[in-house]
Amino acid sequence: MSEPILEITGLNKSFGPVHVLHDVDFTVRAGEVTALVGDNGAGKSTLVKCIAGIHPIDGGEVRFNGQVAHIHGPRDAAELGIEVVYQDLALADNLDIVQNMFLGRERGGAWLLDEADMERAARETLASLSVRTVKSVRTPVSALSGGQRQTVAIAKAVLWDSKVVLLDEPTAALGVAQTRQVLDLVRRLAEQGLGVVLISHNMADVFEVADRIATLYLGRMVAEVPTRDVTHAQVVELITAGRSGELGLARPETATV
Amino acid sequence: MTDTPVAAKKESAISDFGIDTTKQSTAEAVRDYAARLRGGDLGSLPAVLGLVALVLVFALLSDYFLTLDNVANLLAQGAGKMIIAMGLVFVLLLGEIDLSAGTASGVCAAVMAMHYVRSGNLLGGMGNTVFYVFVGGLIVAIALAVLMRIWAGAGFAAVAVVIAAIGAPPNPWIEMLLALSVGAAIGVITGFLVSKIGMPSFVVTLALFITWQGVILQFIGEGGVFGIGTQPTLFAVANGNLPVWGSWLLFVVAAGGYAAVVLGEHFVRSNRGLVTPPTPVVAAKVGAVAVIGALSTWALCLNRSPNDAVVIEGVPYVVPIILALLVIGTYVLNRTRYGRHIYAVGGNAEAARRAGINVSKIRASVFVVASSAAAIGAIVYSSKVGSVDPQAGGLNTLLFAVGAAVIGGTSLFGGRGKVFHAVVGGLVLATVENGLGLLEQPAAVVNIVTGLVLLLAATVDALSRRRAAVASR
Repeated sequence: MSEPILEITGLNKSFGPVHVLHDVDFTVRAGEVTALVGDNGAGKSTLVKCIAGIHPIDGGEVRFNGQVAHIHGPRDAAELGIEVVYQDLALADNLDIVQNMFLGRERGGAWLLDEADMERAARETLASLSVRTVKSVRTPVSALSGGQRQTVAIAKAVLWDSKVVLLDEPTAALGVAQTRQVLDLVRRLAEQGLGVVLISHNMADVFEVADRIATLYLGRMVAEVPTRDVTHAQVVELITAGRSGELGLARPETATV
Repeated sequence: MTDTPVAAKKESAISDFGIDTTKQSTAEAVRDYAARLRGGDLGSLPAVLGLVALVLVFALLSDYFLTLDNVANLLAQGAGKMIIAMGLVFVLLLGEIDLSAGTASGVCAAVMAMHYVRSGNLLGGMGNTVFYVFVGGLIVAIALAVLMRIWAGAGFAAVAVVIAAIGAPPNPWIEMLLALSVGAAIGVITGFLVSKIGMPSFVVTLALFITWQGVILQFIGEGGVFGIGTQPTLFAVANGNLPVWGSWLLFVVAAGGYAAVVLGEHFVRSNRGLVTPPTPVVAAKVGAVAVIGALSTWALCLNRSPNDAVVIEGVPYVVPIILALLVIGTYVLNRTRYGRHIYAVGGNAEAARRAGINVSKIRASVFVVASSAAAIGAIVYSSKVGSVDPQAGGLNTLLFAVGAAVIGGTSLFGGRGKVFHAVVGGLVLATVENGLGLLEQPAAVVNIVTGLVLLLAATVDALSRRRAAVASR
């Protein structure tokens, strides 16, 4: 088991009177896929947004590479190397793949962009992920399938030498073949040494790619266990009831790693 | 349950990944283009075909239509609205609209003409109160531009204040600069109201449309008119021609420059192994531009005077003006970070925001571009008629300009468009207006036909958009 790259301890987050996250502990390790599962409203997206700096945290500690990190905005997170791939993708349809991957961080001068450099870097990144996009990196995103768009969004996150990539339901809207494509990519990200967090409702996906499964139940982290140690049924129980035999709320000490 | 996706792995993984190619054959490029057309990405093709059809029809119906005199006249007539349309493309790219561009251009024309007519004494021309309100408005524009960090807007507004305050002597170049500066200042105000206050651009610019109409009337006075035809430079903008040698120089610079840039970039990219269109296609494009340019220059360098006493020859000044604006606009949209961000905001504002782009600044800035372009358009159309009256920029100026952009292929829904579209669309509308005028059709028919052409263009836009949405599923 590798060193934790992102370590969160005792994170609390409230929206007004609603206490969304209670003393959440969460660890992301480099080279591993950590699945973050939980029922609707369990706090998965809130946790991701706290890590990404979109929501300020009320209490708790975030350690990045062992150092205490203070994330006050999306820019801080990006500087640390934390990238989020949102469910709704955030790609501009009318731009091509290269333009989307470099959006907001174009290379070259403000008055003369370095298209050649960007195109080369985009192609290298896609190649390093063993992605062969249809025909050309100059294809407009509007001409891509859902899976290809997801691929571009993920590759965009990788382009920036990120250390941690958070994927919010990357396969939710995809068909079987496209899901396949994205899951392969998720696996390759981890093989490249990134810490990957995968939020998903699909247990088949989770069991296929995740090294560890972290379960949120009503804003509490009830279990964070290696995938091979749990069964499908146990995870479903953790999600729905917060406990499953030895695991979960009945034995809170197992929740801390 | 866990093994089902694994079984599907092999075939789907291969079928969904194509091969990343950088070069295509000419046949592939043609097929690609056809596929894009079928997919609903028509660009300016309908407008170009429409233009050809219109020219054929009018050439058959009127002997005078294709005479050199009329063609040159048509260019000068359409140039003003075409330039306003070029600026509007920036606004339309964000899916916004600037209904005030027409009357804003009228304000610029009125201020410019007043400066000439009153020998630089704007204070005397406007009267005390109006003058102070005018200068106050410019200062507000400076403040807003600084607040939004649109430095160019602040700079131009400051220039206008200086020219007004020191009572700069009448000089055609100062007057044109004044018009441009007032235009930029107007754009700053529009942009602020839309992007910072957050009103829909439709409402803001509709209100300003009426406001500026009142301002023009205030400046010129009921039934008044400012003649600028007596100022040789101002008059020459839309009525003068380059000398014959100058026309050929323009051709060499424009066509040569185009060829150098396009071919140079093509071979550099090709050598570096980047995505490039096939060489024959690029060469054909360059060749077509050179041939069309040479033929047009040759034709416009013939004597086109209807009577023998005077000689009229050479390319009209409006041609280099439009070419220059076309080059600048295209460069900004395609090659600069600013242009890239405009497309991004127009395509998906939320994605742009998450990518760290200052969306509200981009949104404000396009109105500055539109109003500044409108001011240049105002200089041209005022020059064409040689005077500025309270109707300047009113009537259907704005609708023609929006129409030109949309007919050319710029989408009203944002994200798709080029400055070139405004030129093609502007030519279509100028041809309709000119051709029907030659056939001695009444204004009623001209307006009805123009309206229907615009409706047709908007329909094509909406349908192609729907088609594109279906194709991307």
